[in-house]
Amino acid sequence: MRLREKLSWGSLTHLMPIAAVLVALLIGAVAMLILGTNPLIAFRALFVGAFGSFNAIADTIVKATPLAFVGIGICIAFRGGVLNIGGEGQLVVGALAATAVGLALASLPGWLLMPLCLIAGAVAGAIWGAIAGALKAYFRVNEILATIMLNYIAVNLMNFLLRGPMMDPLQVKLGSFIPQTARLPRSIDLPRLIPTRLHLGALIAVVLGVLVYIFLWRTTIGFRIRTVGRSPRAALGAGIPVKRYAILSLCLAGALAGLGGAIEVLGVHHRMFTDGSAFGFTGSAGFNGIVAALFSQLHPIAAIPSSFFLGALLTGANKMQRVVQVPSALIGALNGLIVLLVVASEIFRRRRIKRVDLNLDPPRAPGNEEDTQ
Amino acid sequence: MIGSVIIGIASSGIRLATPYLYAAIGETFGQLSGVLNLGVDGIMLMGAYAAFYTALRTGSLALGLLAAMIVGALLGLLMAFVSVTMKAEQGISGIGIYLFGLGLSELLFKKTLGTVETIRGFPRIHIPWLSDIPVIGRIFFQQNLLVYIAFALVPISWFVLNKTPLGLKIRAVGMNPEAADSLGVNVNRVRYAAVTLGGILSGIAGASLSIALLNVFQQNLTNGMGFIAVALVYFGGWRPLGLLGGALLFSLVNAFQLWIQVEGIINIPSDFALMMPYVITILVLAAMARRRVNAPTALNKPFDRGG
Amino acid sequence: MKTKLRGSLGALLIGILVFSVGFSVAAAPFRVAAVMPSSISDLAFSQSMYDALLAIEESMGSENFEFSYSEGMFIVADAAAAIRDYASQGYDLVIAHGSQYGSSLVEIAPDFPNTGFAWGTTVDTFTDQGITNVFAYEARSEEGGYVNGVLAAQLSKTGIIGVIGPIETGDAKLYVEGFIAGVASINAAAEVKVVWTGSFSDVALASESAETLINAGADVLTGTAQMVVGAVGVARQRGALWFGTQSDQTSLAPEIVAANQVYDWTGTLESMIAMIKDGTMGGTAFAITLANGGLKITVNAEALVGPTIQGIIDGTIEIEL
Repeated sequence: MRLREKLSWGSLTHLMPIAAVLVALLIGAVAMLILGTNPLIAFRALFVGAFGSFNAIADTIVKATPLAFVGIGICIAFRGGVLNIGGEGQLVVGALAATAVGLALASLPGWLLMPLCLIAGAVAGAIWGAIAGALKAYFRVNEILATIMLNYIAVNLMNFLLRGPMMDPLQVKLGSFIPQTARLPRSIDLPRLIPTRLHLGALIAVVLGVLVYIFLWRTTIGFRIRTVGRSPRAALGAGIPVKRYAILSLCLAGALAGLGGAIEVLGVHHRMFTDGSAFGFTGSAGFNGIVAALFSQLHPIAAIPSSFFLGALLTGANKMQRVVQVPSALIGALNGLIVLLVVASEIFRRRRIKRVDLNLDPPRAPGNEEDTQ
Repeated sequence: MIGSVIIGIASSGIRLATPYLYAAIGETFGQLSGVLNLGVDGIMLMGAYAAFYTALRTGSLALGLLAAMIVGALLGLLMAFVSVTMKAEQGISGIGIYLFGLGLSELLFKKTLGTVETIRGFPRIHIPWLSDIPVIGRIFFQQNLLVYIAFALVPISWFVLNKTPLGLKIRAVGMNPEAADSLGVNVNRVRYAAVTLGGILSGIAGASLSIALLNVFQQNLTNGMGFIAVALVYFGGWRPLGLLGGALLFSLVNAFQLWIQVEGIINIPSDFALMMPYVITILVLAAMARRRVNAPTALNKPFDRGG
Repeated sequence: MKTKLRGSLGALLIGILVFSVGFSVAAAPFRVAAVMPSSISDLAFSQSMYDALLAIEESMGSENFEFSYSEGMFIVADAAAAIRDYASQGYDLVIAHGSQYGSSLVEIAPDFPNTGFAWGTTVDTFTDQGITNVFAYEARSEEGGYVNGVLAAQLSKTGIIGVIGPIETGDAKLYVEGFIAGVASINAAAEVKVVWTGSFSDVALASESAETLINAGADVLTGTAQMVVGAVGVARQRGALWFGTQSDQTSLAPEIVAANQVYDWTGTLESMIAMIKDGTMGGTAFAITLANGGLKITVNAEALVGPTIQGIIDGTIEIEL
């Protein structure tokens, strides 16, 4: 009897996010009716755009890949007690580093150059994260502020490089001055899995998700990171150098995001460019990656399907805009509404899953301030 | 000569700081009560649109401001509902509000206005006698009404937070909600109030842009200001005076780098000049190296009685 | 009997022939899809293309011309999906209205040899890579910039002129350099001060840039990108003249917007449509220039001489003959 009750309640709670999406779509349907559009056509387009063909699924996965990289990194950082909002900047510097290495060492054979570029991207992202980590550890600069500021610094650095030293010589010759670099050597294009836009990066993301899970839950370092995140006081008491682990968490998160940026360059664009939006090149992947990670309850393996569904939502929404020709702003508002309602519906799920508490306080020595934990 | 340069930079800095002040003070109220609201930028945009459209159609700036406050309150309530009652993950719900506000404001703009137009917004007010003081007068006392209100909010919010029962409750609920609850404070209701107040102030921040400082509305008018405002809350250490320092620092350096670009005195690429506000904000915060940080301990944790 | 039958059969055949010919003459409409990075109401880059498409729809008639668009596509991956989608739906011409879409077109265009693609603003048609169905188009915005500069230099009383730009690349860079050259051609001693805000949409910073420029003595301003609406507002407040580009910005502040360089893509679009109907899917680079009418200069008398006219009307100006 009990088991059956448990089972039925359990399956009901898993339906809640879907119900939330449906409610949001209902509100969107009303808006579309007001605008004179047929919501049924629109929602069919939403589905078709995300899943309707090989190309669509490939587009969804390609869109989800950078979200996954950032999201997996966020899992490490947030569980380590560090709120890394710097995904955008870390993606950018990773992409810049990978492009610079790829262009500078273009004469190297592909099998050597490709991993070099990827490593360069990861290292650059790690450094960018470490800056914020060091600021937090040694100067008590709140990491939310530091990472947000570093995002803008990275974008300005990117603008400088792309319109100057790294600009494609072809652009200068043609006189059109588009802010992009030369095309990277084809030898380092990430191989495509099927003849679509789907590239190897997606597979790397999945592998990394598993590896990071193992890292966090099956290694000593991972255990320490999580301990620092749950209670810095307890960690200090256990002799864990909390400050160094804060830096490490940000380093690792940055490295993953930087790697994501490098993969975007090698797998999708094959050059570095800026598109005139606020963060230039990332397509808000740094941002959306945080959403994906939080939706996955900070579980690196769950971050993969979480990124996939977020990618599906974004890709499908674009198709919806194309088919019914509604203003893209409606799609954006609908995205926000879906996010809001889904996250609100999690209350039903959370009764069964233990909450992950995000500790926002800077690591402090015991006895300095009252600890209400 | 140097006087007019200082006047120019300082006046620019004060104008640039105004929306940050409103938004960051609002966010401080919310965060002190324990709720992190990343949706500030979205609320600012909706407030900016509401103020602009209302003022344009009714001819009344006061009504525009009121519209912004109402819209801000509504969005603040929505955030409070999702974050406090539904106990959602606050980082996500904030981003949801942001995306919603960003999209809805642009959609409404497209459908009700269509093209960019300008409005005669709140004019500059010269405060009699005070504005005649050399240099200081020109900088501080020849500004816009909404600028004055923003700066006045700093001591007012300090007073509310430290000297009124509401402020005490807000801070208690954010520091130690269990203790506050056991003393009979309705934790969730206080959080609702704080977050809604934050929404109202974010709405006014948006209005300060669309009907006072810039006198225009366009898609994504705020361009991410709301997120900088949230970052500034941390700079200020959840204290209004610290906030004022942060907003002024960031904005004055921004005004300064504009001046550097214009005068071409230091020949640095524009991108590095544009970096200055961000770099200097970090450096100053690092240099301050505070030992005590009065972080609201319960920030980002929904309250569960007995949980 | 047989003759009659043959006759009526013949008449039927002729009727079918005429009907089908007539049917194909009332051909399927020419379908264009445009993918644009910013909003169609940005009073700048994207709006110029959208307005041109509307104009063509009006001139060709909606039975002969249809267009769809995707706006706000600054994310290249999304734009690529859109371009590919439109192409696979059989649109005759797919316009990639953004310089960041180039790499996407290189991949997509070869997959759709019967679709015409257009890429702007640029000059590269990828013919060196064996691609034959991509048109390129750009605006020689430095021409209008030069004209604006010439006018600005003559109107400025202080000899200090201000420019507000987003990022020093692409179309913005061309316009500003043309503007500076135009100013120099009239008054070599004039100072042109340039501020780059680093973003296309930071209205607040554009507004304060205008304030800073005016504080430094500028009495004439110009700028490019959708954020300049803030600068125009400041110019109006402080009595500086404004020169616009990419679209006609007079409506923002008729008293002070002196002249605008307006982008008119209709000629370019008409040429492309004609070439595609003829069977050429790409390979030509177009440019809108003052010469071919793609760039137009609109001058606003009210800003230039409005006060003078008013002065004559209300008698404050006395004309001594």
